[in-house]
Amino acid sequence: MKMIRSMVLVSGDSLSLERGAEQVLQALQNEIQAFGLSDEVSVMMIGDVGRHDALPMVIVYPEAAVYGPVRPEDVHYLVEEHLYKGRIANDLLAPVRELSGRIAWVAARKGTLPAEQRIVLRRVGLINPDDIEEYILHDGYTALGKVLTEMTPNEVIEEIKKSGLRGRGGAGFPTGAKWSFVAREKSAKKYIICNADESEPGTFKDRIILEGDPHSIIEAMAIAGYAVGADEGYIYVRGEYLLAQERLRRAIEQAREMGFLGKNIFGTDFSFDIHIHTGAGAYICGEETALIESIEGKRGQPRSRPPFPTTYGLWGKPTVVNNVETLANVPPIVLNGADWYRRFGTPSSPGTKVYTILGNVNVTGVIEVPMGITLREVINIYAKGMKGGAAFKLAQTGGSSGSLIPASLQDTPMDFDSYAKAGVALGSGALLICDENTCVVDLVKVLMNFFRKESCGKCNPCRIGTQRAYEIMCAIAEGRGKMEDLDQLLWLSENMYLLSNCGLGQTAGTPIKDMLKHFRAEVEAHIALHVCPTGVCKIKAFA
Amino acid sequence: MQPENGNHKKERILAAVEAALERYGARREELIPILSDINRALGYLPPEALNEVSRRLKEPHSQVMSVASFYQMLSTKPRGKHVVQFCESAPCHVVGGREVWEALQEHLHLEAGETSPDGQWTLVTVSCLGLCSVGPVIVVDEDVYGNVTPERVPEILARYR
Repeated sequence: MKMIRSMVLVSGDSLSLERGAEQVLQALQNEIQAFGLSDEVSVMMIGDVGRHDALPMVIVYPEAAVYGPVRPEDVHYLVEEHLYKGRIANDLLAPVRELSGRIAWVAARKGTLPAEQRIVLRRVGLINPDDIEEYILHDGYTALGKVLTEMTPNEVIEEIKKSGLRGRGGAGFPTGAKWSFVAREKSAKKYIICNADESEPGTFKDRIILEGDPHSIIEAMAIAGYAVGADEGYIYVRGEYLLAQERLRRAIEQAREMGFLGKNIFGTDFSFDIHIHTGAGAYICGEETALIESIEGKRGQPRSRPPFPTTYGLWGKPTVVNNVETLANVPPIVLNGADWYRRFGTPSSPGTKVYTILGNVNVTGVIEVPMGITLREVINIYAKGMKGGAAFKLAQTGGSSGSLIPASLQDTPMDFDSYAKAGVALGSGALLICDENTCVVDLVKVLMNFFRKESCGKCNPCRIGTQRAYEIMCAIAEGRGKMEDLDQLLWLSENMYLLSNCGLGQTAGTPIKDMLKHFRAEVEAHIALHVCPTGVCKIKAFA
Repeated sequence: MQPENGNHKKERILAAVEAALERYGARREELIPILSDINRALGYLPPEALNEVSRRLKEPHSQVMSVASFYQMLSTKPRGKHVVQFCESAPCHVVGGREVWEALQEHLHLEAGETSPDGQWTLVTVSCLGLCSVGPVIVVDEDVYGNVTPERVPEILARYR
């Protein structure tokens, strides 16, 4: 490798590309050449940088200066000022410059902002995801080398168990326990599946990991394969994530070339390879048994459980299914030890959580923070407050199957157990923050429409229940609702929970229950007074 | 649109099927990638394509159809030259998605799922596309547009006219 003094990164997510990131990259290359800096400055395009307020962004290290939005015509000045003359081009800096990766860390040292704690996103935005050498330079594949040469499979599982890592896909199931279930199965063939079918509305944390650090998932899957005795893995990526698919394909090729995948990895007896399977647009395929059906080339309809995938998974073989973020935690745990990992988060939910912040706030984007921070902290510190100074009304967590968190719960620590105690769910890490102008009836109607459309139709409680709930919500929103509809909604919600075959139907009624628990007066106003207090619903009929 | 010559059309369909089978192999577990490729090449999955896939994979037509009709990115009906996808999930909805949807309908004179009579446009609603921090989001063909406002809609559509 040649020695470079500055590294220039250009954001390459889809929105940046739409706004001319390619042209900016081209201009940077031309200008750097024109100034004769080609030997000392590296330029590359990376994936999503985790913030979206000033795209395309150009980040220059080691100063960690974030410029954006950068137009091709700004590039000459930028290169001349920063790279040639060596001073920050202040007038091109992105407006809020504290919110991403190293940048957060740099700012935190000055005492301006609480730092993020980046474990799974530690390389995102810092390395070129298309270059395996950069991954290796940042401790890449060291954890795999360690498990293959220094640890028994059982020791790996014990370390993960000790770390307390819990599934980040929403359910929070202990990862070590899941691995041990598969490890104890006596089967010549076992599989590791990475669930990258991220479709929970509002959630795109996995995309950021896949686009920014694809090798971390490959390494983690190989470690999982060694721990449970599997030699084959599948990454199920949702069909819409084209950039992530492309990056993963390239990463797998490079890993094979370097011998991190394939036969006799690190000169040991362990062999492991990974295939990519792309989805074709179905929310339900995020459910692990539906995902398995889909890999087998069928409709993505969940199986009846038990048997669970740990005993009867892909093609009937014992299978580990882990979420992207869960897997991304594995190499650092292996490398630094369970005790190190337990320093972050809370005793029952160790580690960090990646959240996507959305809705009526000043800054949207991705953060990674220790488990157990509160919603109030997220809104005031990371999201920089509510947009236009409006009042916070509710947050919707974990996509559509999450809970509605009313303002009264905004000081509850966000970890699996504290939220469960408060009767709400953390879900997959989406925080849709809604202000006082949001109508809860309108919001729940939209959520029910989602479930109605995404229900796979296999079992009646979900197929009919979600449709019926949507119809009732429409009626209430249009002023045609009756008081007894509310009992009907609760009844539907309860029965979907008790009778549905999979998680989709079981949780589809959660927003209804939360709505009636925390915002009943607002719903009743629609019915009894034919008034939408926020003025969102177009009340048509008067009784 | 010019009506296509029958033989020419059939050849085009068979060529698309052939290319997909070549790429993935005629195996059942590759059915979804195969259908996705054909869908991308032809814009939808015509009956002739499904028949050919069924024959080549030695899978009952019902099985092929059950997959083709299940996934949102696969279409068994012809679609317009340009497909406009609107994200109707909650994160886009609460930041102004509703108004964007009304603007789309107004400019295209289409309801959800409809194709314009001249075969130029198809308008569909989709669930979350994972681009939520820049909502409201629409996707035209494979181009993504974020932070869309009703005012931007005509300008975006004009790029495809």
